[in-house]
Amino acid sequence: MAAAPPTKSVKPTGKPRSTSNNPEFTPEEERSAYRTMLLLRRFEEKAGQMYGMGLIGGFCHLYIGQEAVVTGIMMAAKEGDQTITSYRDHAHMLACGLDPKAVMAELTGRRHGLSKGKGGSMHMFSREKHFYGGHGIVGAQVPLGTGLAFANHYRGNDNVSFTYFGDGAANQGQVYESFNMAELWKLPVVYVIENNRYAMGTSVVRSSALTDFSKRGQSFNIPGEQVDGMDVRAVRAATEHAVEWCRGGNGPMILEMQTYRYRGHSMSDPAKYRSKEEVQKMREEHDPIEQVKARLLGGNIATEDELKAIDAEVRAIVAEAADFATQDPEPDPADLWTDVVIEG
Amino acid sequence: MATNILMPALSPTMEEGKLAKWLKKEGDPVKSGDVLAEIETDKATMEVEAVDEGILAKIIIPDGTEHVAVNTPIAVIASDGEDVSAAAAAPAPAAAPAAEAAPAAQTITESSPTAPATTPAAVAAPAAPEIPAGTVMETITVREALNAAMAEEMRRDADVFIIGEEVAEYQGAYKITQNLLQEFGPKRVVDAPITEHGFTGLAVGAALAGLKPIVEFMTFNFAMQAIDQIINSAAKTLYMSGGQMGCPIVFRGPNGAAARVAAQHSQDYAAWYSQIPGLKVVMPYSAADAKGLLKSAIRDPNPVIFLENEILYGHHFEVPKLDDFTIPIGKARVARPGKDVTIVSFGIGMTYALKAAEELAKEGLDAEVIDLRTIRPMDTATLVASVQKTGRCVAVEEGWPQSGVTAEIMAQIMTHAFDYLDAPVIRVTGKDVPMPYAANLEKLALPNVGEVIQAAKAVCYR
Repeated sequence: MAAAPPTKSVKPTGKPRSTSNNPEFTPEEERSAYRTMLLLRRFEEKAGQMYGMGLIGGFCHLYIGQEAVVTGIMMAAKEGDQTITSYRDHAHMLACGLDPKAVMAELTGRRHGLSKGKGGSMHMFSREKHFYGGHGIVGAQVPLGTGLAFANHYRGNDNVSFTYFGDGAANQGQVYESFNMAELWKLPVVYVIENNRYAMGTSVVRSSALTDFSKRGQSFNIPGEQVDGMDVRAVRAATEHAVEWCRGGNGPMILEMQTYRYRGHSMSDPAKYRSKEEVQKMREEHDPIEQVKARLLGGNIATEDELKAIDAEVRAIVAEAADFATQDPEPDPADLWTDVVIEG
Repeated sequence: MATNILMPALSPTMEEGKLAKWLKKEGDPVKSGDVLAEIETDKATMEVEAVDEGILAKIIIPDGTEHVAVNTPIAVIASDGEDVSAAAAAPAPAAAPAAEAAPAAQTITESSPTAPATTPAAVAAPAAPEIPAGTVMETITVREALNAAMAEEMRRDADVFIIGEEVAEYQGAYKITQNLLQEFGPKRVVDAPITEHGFTGLAVGAALAGLKPIVEFMTFNFAMQAIDQIINSAAKTLYMSGGQMGCPIVFRGPNGAAARVAAQHSQDYAAWYSQIPGLKVVMPYSAADAKGLLKSAIRDPNPVIFLENEILYGHHFEVPKLDDFTIPIGKARVARPGKDVTIVSFGIGMTYALKAAEELAKEGLDAEVIDLRTIRPMDTATLVASVQKTGRCVAVEEGWPQSGVTAEIMAQIMTHAFDYLDAPVIRVTGKDVPMPYAANLEKLALPNVGEVIQAAKAVCYR
């Protein structure tokens, strides 16, 4: 049993977890979170740029604005915990510790991409880093992530599966089939609903009868919590809470991460469904990176120069990834025929 | 008026059963709803309830009789006031006081008890290369073969588990998983809620994590709910991950038409799944193939679609008694050697193909029958070698014609054996209509032996 089980009942107010209640980060944690989120953002900015240059094709969904979610969650994860998400997956892979060069080279469809150029932006995997995709069908990763938890349960280890999906996917039927089995069999899965307010171009109020996604597990008795997903500290604290619940054999938990994406749904989205002012307001008042930066500088934890150095280091990593992804050759034509089935 | 109680059909495909036990004896009063007897089918033990009120006048089929055909009279109920003894007729009529008239007995004398059906003969499969010479064979059903295959593989590998609707406590909707719960426990024999999309995705996730799930669909008709997870998640992940992430999983269950269950429950998915790169598709006919191929499917590191057939479940075949009998996926079998015409089929289609070959032999046509066994990857080499020998080919399947498996067979023969053909290939398929319910229409919708014979003669210009 978990030492302190989270509230089994869902918060009725639907108010985000208050930042003021969150345990402060240590200076080292603040720096680490800052660096990680900055890497995710710079990587995505570069990906957007390379898409514009025609180096990346097809669909490309950027995570800009949502960085605190995956960063905070990974700060509460331990070795062996699995991650699975939708097609908006670049940041999750970087947060899992995958090589930015391999991720970027997959975006450009090159032979040293994480999937040898055969998966692309939406389909990447790493058994080594326990990253199970990268799934292009909205909601399909939810039963799969529940299956990862099933495997943990079957093997009797105490790992949890972080199964991410968006507010749009939260309306898919298979999500509720998964909730039912996860609670029925007490599977260790944290359902992370990244509520960025828009399912492609449809706002949550236009698509969802119940917009408090933390309550979506109520009829299965799955506890849920709304979290300020723009505050990395709130994300980590809520995740620690959820993970403790799951590792304690209590079954699944839902975390609704209230977040926001600054860019369109994909690169081809003109984002006419929301005002520029709305986006601007989020950027100015809630930006996850600026929040940490303010604390780093305001608390005299870091100097401007130190932060500039971090920025320079991150930019160098991203530039190196972009160069690699541009120079790396396309896959060998013979690779068209490999990896269809495992032979022998 | 006395009423005959007939051996009931307790499932769409039941043809016979065992009269396990009478719970009433002759002379007992019965009323509607009373349980009269227990009947064992190949799937379950069922209770037979009385519909009419009266006296159980005579038990025609005694306890323990096996292979009682459906519709055989098993007992007689006399209505109140009827002379029970008269109705009961027989051993000592003299002893029966002939008080009241007993027209009731009439039905009994008219219907002489039907002799129990004889034990179905096992189909002796011609020696297959997988079976060493001198191997002792045992006669078992396809159902028993599938059950044994799973049990053996679960003993061999702790990562193998089965999940599906009614697989555990109910012992399997078609009894394929009988006794697995008792041997392996609820952790490895998992009753799923009726949520195909969800539990299929869950099993695929478990397979990506390295476990080896067997997903039982109560029928493949219900797998349509889950087809996105089968195709997009299970079949494609290996390729999309550049070979990193395999998905060792078996999807199995009855496929195709059963009997009188109409359009939504009678569909053959062989052609659907056989189109998907990343999947293997197996469709056995005999019990030996069912066993050997299912064991191979469970060990295969790829997702395998394993298409069974409800009607074949109860069929008896010879299966080699070997500790570890496997058959390689992707190899066809020459089920009957011949020289005049090749008849190729798979799964239940083999029943038509083999019977047609027998009939054709009587008319002097020596047909070679090929059982594909695996639909994907298709063993084109065996097929082509046969057509090169015979120069003529008929392809048989229960599925629909357009883009069907037989369409692929014809294309392969056109591509690889065109110069050897002495006649165009003809196919015999299910008719291009949803499956009707009415018995006569259902029969018309399915292929039959006559159509195969006719097609074989046509390609031989006879």
